[in-house]
Amino acid sequence: MAEMVTFYSKQFSSRLLIGTALYRSPAIMQQAIRAAGAQIVTVSLRREAAGGRIGSAFWDLIRELGVTVLPNTAGCRSVREAVTTAQLARELFDTPWIKLEVIGDDETLQPDVVGLVEAAAILIKDGFEVFPYCTEDLTVALRLRDAGCLVIMPWASPIGSARGIVNRDALKLMRARLPELTLVVDAGLGAPSHAADALELGYDAVLLNTAIAKAGDPVAMANAFRLAVVGGRIAYESGLMGARDFASPSTPVVGTPFWHALP
Amino acid sequence: MLVIVNGERTEIAANDLRGLLGELDYTGTHVAIAVNYQVVPRALWADTALNNGDQIEIITPRQGG
Repeated sequence: MAEMVTFYSKQFSSRLLIGTALYRSPAIMQQAIRAAGAQIVTVSLRREAAGGRIGSAFWDLIRELGVTVLPNTAGCRSVREAVTTAQLARELFDTPWIKLEVIGDDETLQPDVVGLVEAAAILIKDGFEVFPYCTEDLTVALRLRDAGCLVIMPWASPIGSARGIVNRDALKLMRARLPELTLVVDAGLGAPSHAADALELGYDAVLLNTAIAKAGDPVAMANAFRLAVVGGRIAYESGLMGARDFASPSTPVVGTPFWHALP
Repeated sequence: MLVIVNGERTEIAANDLRGLLGELDYTGTHVAIAVNYQVVPRALWADTALNNGDQIEIITPRQGG
């Protein structure tokens, strides 16, 4: 049994956080969340049309699952938009948690890390528990820590790209420099092996959406990610061997038949 | 008066936020509201007067990643 993971003052056994978007149907979304064993799901906020009941219907589906909700500020492109969206999320979901996204570039959906640090500082002073979505840049992570973030969520690669961890050295460095924080690899994970990779590096959890939602069988894929995350974490806790440049025989050499015999 | 509701210019008869929600058929929905980028808690909707040109965002939960 792997250790529990802590997000601010709360502890969870599942290290797989998943999104609620892009599923073919609400029923498949619910089944996938259950199959993933996810205890935390991300949701967003959007405008409700006059006379509309779309948001209320979706909210009922999420509440049926009995999971912890992590609202996001997806799509926000300025500090003001992100801060106000976070405050709306707190009102709507009655939670201090916010997955803070400030997008700086429409092509890559790359976080605006300058705006991110500024928005995080404002929200933390306002009582929020911030989960910032950032790049793998160590200095940005340090500034977010200085602002009071206890959770930091660097990308593996751009949102929806399915490329897995692109900058392994930077993510290893961030893990080594911030051992006291809960670190989550968020975005860019396309396969269960990518998720296992993140956990094996010592990341506390992963957050993903598209790789499950757009799979041929999202429910089975959710189960595959669940198993990969558990396996990756147990591997990390068990102490992985280091890589070597040359071969080292696993079978004992002493006593090999014909060892030192004349040819 | 003329206000902006979710980015759309909207003529309303109501003078306060609760009246606007009734007039535009939002009653009973799960929404949060900001007026001019300031969040208005549910408990204050009835007491929040509106002014010509106010920007009102009416927000609800939606699928997200």
